[in-house]
Amino acid sequence: MSVAETMRDGNSLANADANAEPLLRVEGLKMHFPVTEGLFMRRTVGHVKAVDGVSFSVAPGETLGLVGESGCGKTTVGRCILRLENPTAGKVSFAGRDVAGMTMGEMTELRQDVQVIFQDPFSSLNPRMKIGTIIGEPLRVHGIIKDATERRERVAELLRLCGLNPRFADRYPHEMSGGQRQRVGIARALSVNPKFIVCDEAVSALDVSIQAQIINLLEDLQEQFNFSYLFIAHDLSVVRHLCHRVAVMYLGKIVELADCDELFDNPQHPYTQALLSAVPVPDPTTEETRSHQILEGEVPSPMAPPPGCVFHPRCTRATEACTRDIPELQEFTPGHTLACPIVLGK
Amino acid sequence: MAVNETYIEIQDEVLAERTWGSVAKDLIRRQPLGAAGGLVVILMISAAVFSNQIDMYDPEVNDFGAMLQAPSWDHLFGTDEFGRDIYSRIVHGARTAMLVGFTAAILGSTIGLLIGVTSAYFGGWVDIIIQRVVDILIAFPSIILALAIVIILGRGVGPVIVAITIPLIPNCARVVRSSALAVREIPYVDAARAMGYGHVRIVLRYISPNIMAPYLIMLTTFLGQAILAEASLSYLGLGVQEPTPAWGLMLKSGAEEYAESAPWAVIFPGVAISLAVFGFNLFGDALRDVLDPKLRDR
Repeated sequence: MSVAETMRDGNSLANADANAEPLLRVEGLKMHFPVTEGLFMRRTVGHVKAVDGVSFSVAPGETLGLVGESGCGKTTVGRCILRLENPTAGKVSFAGRDVAGMTMGEMTELRQDVQVIFQDPFSSLNPRMKIGTIIGEPLRVHGIIKDATERRERVAELLRLCGLNPRFADRYPHEMSGGQRQRVGIARALSVNPKFIVCDEAVSALDVSIQAQIINLLEDLQEQFNFSYLFIAHDLSVVRHLCHRVAVMYLGKIVELADCDELFDNPQHPYTQALLSAVPVPDPTTEETRSHQILEGEVPSPMAPPPGCVFHPRCTRATEACTRDIPELQEFTPGHTLACPIVLGK
Repeated sequence: MAVNETYIEIQDEVLAERTWGSVAKDLIRRQPLGAAGGLVVILMISAAVFSNQIDMYDPEVNDFGAMLQAPSWDHLFGTDEFGRDIYSRIVHGARTAMLVGFTAAILGSTIGLLIGVTSAYFGGWVDIIIQRVVDILIAFPSIILALAIVIILGRGVGPVIVAITIPLIPNCARVVRSSALAVREIPYVDAARAMGYGHVRIVLRYISPNIMAPYLIMLTTFLGQAILAEASLSYLGLGVQEPTPAWGLMLKSGAEEYAESAPWAVIFPGVAISLAVFGFNLFGDALRDVLDPKLRDR
């Protein structure tokens, strides 16, 4: 059994209401990074299309998984939502308000509502700050708790909540293990009472036993505080365990988006099928006999993505039309959308 | 949450406190050279602070009955061509050297730090403009730049400090910028931005503290360099003026005429300069290791 499956089963949409007004809505998000050349006269020679027209929404209390190969743009989507990058085009709205048009004051509010947990627990904490300062600083800067003693108490509470001894407040990050640091990262994100947390590969840098602890912690916290996660990952078993819905990305585009069980049990897009068949089955006899769908070739450069469907050069079912028409995400069954006209039969 | 509680209790055992005494002992055991450098630094600073208490004669009073005397119990380091006690002049010269050295080095490296971090953090046009200005300043040999500044501003301790500080700034800014470029990309800076912190906080609390290692190395080499530059300017006659005691000035008058007949007039100021520069460099290296929390427990 995989790690995720050995943990308690948590796929029920306990807190999420599928019909609720989405907390976060992303529409046609594009992030193109210019590639420049020249020492004195910098000129743009091309664009890396890291994210190229991505749309999805996340309901309150929901966990949306975002999966795909390295370099497919998952992290960039997260960074655009966090406003660490300014998207080239498209709209990100949070609780009905457009993030792009926000004033400085509104932006500060948004910063408290949307938080992030990073992949690498070793580089996501300032090594020069004590744990107590790392977690307490947002409370002070945003004026959430002005009194120093109360702030210390709140920091201790947050540390306990994340399974850490409050005495760690006087320690430096380098005195902790990777799992403990990741808990500090979570406590920091929680300090401002966010509504939405971007987990950017939040468990992939941890070893397997610690992964399970952190995933359980994330689930417990979600049950307690009812926030939404955008869970960016490439470990599919973790995604299956944790997420309510899953979006599959390939070369800057979402190719398939469905409820978690539907996507894993009934994948429709050729890329999703290939991706899922790459997950090893922890049973040698099944593993030997089951059919593997191995993709030919490499992921094309995001600087010069193929015309039409970006997946067509590697797709087993591609037709001549695929090299011309850019497929749109369309409904396959209610709640299950994909971008492949062949599968959709259109 | 029962599992969490047990986990929290287990952590109690590894969280024993460290005392200051053990920290000091650690330093001497692990950084013997640094401790020696620290001793020299303390020696130099106390000589500067207590020069009125530990001198043997007035450093500025001539005694024509005792010109160019060899070291003896009356004059520990001998006397110069005006019969002034060299030991007393070195002790008082430490005051000039420390004043000019510390002020110039701290100002130079700190201004350089802020310029370098700002340049790296904002990038783009800000970076390009700052770096071209830095290029222009670096293109001047620092002693020539210092000479030009002294000539513009006039002589005296103030202008000398400015003249020594300005050539130090671009060097520090350049080194700091390259470190800051790397630090800027580390996720904790992104975390700070995601928290909605302002630019000033990110520059001062997130980037600057994490380039303390290059900063401290620059600061301590600058201390040595500034003491040397002060001596050089005095030697060239553009620094501190006679009869104020300054090491470079003593070296100058000694070296020109009496290097062979009265070598003590040259040797002792020379040793004072070298010892100060060497001590500060050793101390700086140790300081960097101690201040870096990651290296501390190794």
